[in-house]
Amino acid sequence: MNWSLLIDHLPALPEVVLLLGASALMIYDAGSKDPRRTGTYVGAQLVLAACLAATGFVLWGAGAARLVIFEGLFVADLMGHVLKIVSYGAVWAALVYSRRYLLDRGLLRGEFVTLMLFALLGAMVLISANSFLTVYLGLELMSLCLYAMVALDRDSPLATEAAMKYFVLGALASGLLLYGLSMIYGATGVLALNEVSLRLGALAGNASDQRFLAFGLVFVVAGIAFKLGVVPFHMWIPDVYHGAPTPVTLVIGSISKLAAFAMAVRLLVNGMFPLAHDWQQMLALLALLSMAIGNITAIAQSNIKRMLAYSAIANMGFLLLGLLSGVVGGNERNAVDAYSTAFFYAITYVVMSVGAFGMVLLLARAGFEADNLEDFRGLNRRSPWYAFLMMLLMLSLAGLPPTVGFYAKLAVLQSAVAAGQVWLAVAAVVLSLIGAFYYLRVVKLMYFDEPRDAAQAAMPIAASPGMAFLLSVNGLAILLFGLYPKPLFNLCLTAIQSL
Amino acid sequence: MLLSLAIWVPIVAGLLVLAAGGDERAPLQRQIALAGAVLGFLVTIPLYTGFQPANAGMQFEQLVPWIERFSINYHLGVDGISVLFILLNSFITILVVVAGWTVVESRVGQYYAAFLVLSGLLNGVFAALDAVLFYVFFEATLIPMFIIIGVWGGPNRVYAAVKFFLYTLFGSLLMLVALLYLYGQSHSFAILDWHQLPLSLSEQKWLFFGLLFAFAVKVPMWPVHTWLPDAHTEAPTGGSVVLAAILLKLGAYGFIRFTLPILPDASRDLAWMMIAASLIAVVYIGLVALVQQDMKRLIAYSSISHMGFVTLGFFIFNQLGVEGALIQMISHGFVSAAMFFCVGVVYDRMHTRMIADYGGVVNTMPKFAALMMLFAMANSGLPATSGFVGEFLVIMGAMKASFWLAFLAATTLVFGAAYTLWMYKRVIFGPVANANVAALKDLDSKEKFVLGALAVAVLFMGVYPLPFTEVMHSTVEQLLRHVAGSKI
Repeated sequence: MNWSLLIDHLPALPEVVLLLGASALMIYDAGSKDPRRTGTYVGAQLVLAACLAATGFVLWGAGAARLVIFEGLFVADLMGHVLKIVSYGAVWAALVYSRRYLLDRGLLRGEFVTLMLFALLGAMVLISANSFLTVYLGLELMSLCLYAMVALDRDSPLATEAAMKYFVLGALASGLLLYGLSMIYGATGVLALNEVSLRLGALAGNASDQRFLAFGLVFVVAGIAFKLGVVPFHMWIPDVYHGAPTPVTLVIGSISKLAAFAMAVRLLVNGMFPLAHDWQQMLALLALLSMAIGNITAIAQSNIKRMLAYSAIANMGFLLLGLLSGVVGGNERNAVDAYSTAFFYAITYVVMSVGAFGMVLLLARAGFEADNLEDFRGLNRRSPWYAFLMMLLMLSLAGLPPTVGFYAKLAVLQSAVAAGQVWLAVAAVVLSLIGAFYYLRVVKLMYFDEPRDAAQAAMPIAASPGMAFLLSVNGLAILLFGLYPKPLFNLCLTAIQSL
Repeated sequence: MLLSLAIWVPIVAGLLVLAAGGDERAPLQRQIALAGAVLGFLVTIPLYTGFQPANAGMQFEQLVPWIERFSINYHLGVDGISVLFILLNSFITILVVVAGWTVVESRVGQYYAAFLVLSGLLNGVFAALDAVLFYVFFEATLIPMFIIIGVWGGPNRVYAAVKFFLYTLFGSLLMLVALLYLYGQSHSFAILDWHQLPLSLSEQKWLFFGLLFAFAVKVPMWPVHTWLPDAHTEAPTGGSVVLAAILLKLGAYGFIRFTLPILPDASRDLAWMMIAASLIAVVYIGLVALVQQDMKRLIAYSSISHMGFVTLGFFIFNQLGVEGALIQMISHGFVSAAMFFCVGVVYDRMHTRMIADYGGVVNTMPKFAALMMLFAMANSGLPATSGFVGEFLVIMGAMKASFWLAFLAATTLVFGAAYTLWMYKRVIFGPVANANVAALKDLDSKEKFVLGALAVAVLFMGVYPLPFTEVMHSTVEQLLRHVAGSKI
C-alpha cells in the first residue's frame, strides 16, 4: 500500500468521512424499527461532528494553503473549509429544528436524514470543485437529493408540484450550464478551472474567440443564476420554498445558497477571471433585477415562506453586488476585497435564513403550519424571547445596525462604490428601503398586534432544550457578529486571498 | 472612557430591566430603570465639569480599533457642540422614566428597556467620531423608537410607527452611500479626517444632497416633515418627549458635524436653498400650527417651526447664528419636552388630546396651569425664558446677513405667541368646560418633580445662558473659520 498517496489525498477527508458515515447511517436506518428514529438522529449528528473534526484536521494540517488533488479535479482551500463548516452548522440546525416538526407529521424517516447528508456531500464536492466535471458532479448530487427531499411529503399536492417544478427547471438549468461549459471547453480544450483561466488569458484579444466565449459564458452565468435563484431565473424559488416541507426549505435556503456561491466563485473567479469584464455586466443586470423584483414582490406575500423566498431573491441580488465589483476597467486591485465582501454576505445571509426558517418551525404544531404572517401575531405576548430573536433576524435581513446584516450590506455597497458603481449602490439602497417594509411588518405583527384569538394566545411554544439553545445561539449570533464583525471579516478576506 | 460609560450604562441598565422578568416584576423594573437613568446622568456630569471651554478640539477621546478591514474605529469624543446634548439627553431620560412610573402598566420592562437603550444609543450618536459608528447609532435609534410608538402609542400608532421608520430610513440609506463615497476618496471613516478632505464642487454638491435627505428628514425640514406630526401625535408621552427633545436634534447635529465642515463650498453655494426651506418652516408651519385641533399635533408643528430657526442659524454662517441655533436646540429640548409632558399630564387624566374637550383647567389644576404658563411663554420665546435666547441670537445673526431675512424670521415671535397662547387660553382659561374637567386632580408629586425640574432649567437658561454658550464658543469659532475656507 502506498501511504504517501493516501496522505496526499487527506484534504478530501471530510468528504470521505461524510460518504462513509452517510452510507453507514443508511444501512443502520434500514434496520431500525424505532419510529422516533433517535438512533439515526444522533448518528447523523455524530457524522456531522466527524466531518467537522475532519475539516478541522485538514485546516490544522494545511492552514490557508491551497491544495489541489485528484489530478486537478479537487481543491481544498480556506474558502472551501469555511463554507463547509458553515454548511455543517446549517445541516445540524436543520436536523435539530425540524425533529419535532417531522415527528408530528410522520415524516421523520431515514430518507430525510440520508438525503440531507448526501445533499451536503454534493454541496461539499461543488465547494471543492476545481474542474468542470467536479462542478457538475457536485451540483447534480446535491440537486437530485434536494428534488427528492422536496417531495418528502408525498401526500401533499403542494409539495409534489413544487418538486416537479424544481426538478424540471433544475434539469433545464443543468442543461444550460453544461452547454455553456462545453463551449468554454471547446474554446480552451481544458477542464481544470485554473488551466481554463490561463488559456482564456492567452486567448484575450482574439475577437472571434471572444465572441464564442461570451456566448458560452451567457449559458454558464444562466446556470449559476438559476442555482442562486436570481431574476430572471427565480421562478422556481417561491413555489419550492412554499411547497416544500419547512425543514427542506431551510436546507434549500442554506446549503444550496452556499454551494451556489461557491460555484459562482469557482467558475467565474477561479475559472473565467479573464472574462470578468463580460460577466460583471451580466451580473449587474441580474443583481438590479433581483433586488427590484424580490423586494417589491415580497411586499404582497401573506405567507412567510413565500416572503422569505422573495427576500432570498433580493438578498442574492445584493450578494452579486460584491461579485460584480472585482475588476474596474481592467484593474484587478479591488478583486480580493470585493469577493470577500460577497463571501461575508453569503455566510451571514445563511445564518439569518436558517434562523428565520427555524422560527417558522418553532411555531408550527401538529396539523398546523404557522407559515402565514398572521401566525406571528402577538408573538411578543406569547414569548418575548422568541419575538426578540425574530425581530433581530428580520432587522438583520433588512440590513439595520447593530445586526450583522448591516455590515454585510455595508461591505457589498462599499465594494460597489469603490468600483465606481455609485448608481447601482443608490438603486440598491432604495430597493432595500422597500425591503425594510415587509421585514418591519413581521416586527409589527409580533409587537404591535395582539394574538388573533384566545386559541392562538394560549398556544404554547414548546421547543426542545436543544432547539431552544441552538435557536437562541443562532439569533444572538446575528447581534454578536453585528457588534464585533472583525473576525468574520478577516476570515473572509484571508480565505479569498488564498483562493 | 467617560463617554463609553455614558453610552453603555443606560444600555446595560435597559438589558437588566428586561432580564428582571415580566409585568409581575414591574416595581423592581421601575427601580432598576430609575437607578440606571440616574447613574447614566451622573456619569455625564464630569463631561461638563471637566470640559475645557478654551479647547476647540475633541475632548475625552477614546479610540479602539474595531473593524480594521475597513479602518473603522470605535472612536468617541466630544467638543463644545456635542457635549451639551449628551447631558441634555441623559437628563431627559430621568424625567421620562419618572413620568412613566404610574402611567405605563403593560409591558413595563420592555417600555423602560426601550427608553434606556434609546438613551444610550443617542449618546452614542453625539459622541461618535467615526462615520460608521455614527451611522450605527443613528440607525439603531430607529428600532427602540419604532417599538415605543408602535406598542404604547395611540389608536393610529402602527401607521405612525411605520411612516416614521421608513421615512427616516430612506434618508439615512442615501447618507450611507454618501459616507461610502467619502470613504472611497479618503480610505478612512474618521469624520475629522473628512473635514480636511479636498473635494471638487460637483462632488460636494452630490454629497450634500446625499446627506441632506438623512438630516433634513430627521430635523425635520419642510417639505419632508410630514412624518413628525403623526409620530408625535401617536407616540406615548415619553416617546413624544424624547422624539422632540433629542431625536430631532440628530438631524441638526448632522448638519453641523458633517455637512458644514466636510462640504463647506457646497454649503455656501446651496445656503439659499436651506435658508428658504428654513423660512418656509418658520412662517408656513407656524401658520399651520395655528389651526391645529389636537394639542400634540400643535406642539409637533411648533417643533418643526422652531427647528426651522436652527437650520436658518446654521446656514447664515456667523457666530451669532450658529451659537443661537445651538442654544435653540438645547432650549427646544427643554421646552418641547415640557410641553409634551404637560399634554401628557392632562391626557393621562382625560384620555383626549383635542383642544375642544378642554377649557377652564385652571379652576381644577392651578399648579399645573402655572407651570404650563411658563412653558407656553418659553415656547413663544418670551424674554427671561430659554426660548428667547436662541431665537434672539439667530435673529441678530440673520440681521447681519440681511434685514428681510431677519424680518421673516422674527415673525415667529408673533406666530409662536399666537398659536401657543391661544391653545393655552382655550385649554386652561374660561369656565370649566365639562364634568371631566371638573373632576381633574392637580399634579401629583412625580409630575411636580418632572415639570419643576424643567421649569428650573428653562428659567435658568433664560436668565443666565453663559454656562451654555461659553462651552460652545471656541468650537463654533473654529468651525466657522473652517467653513469660510475652500476645499476645492
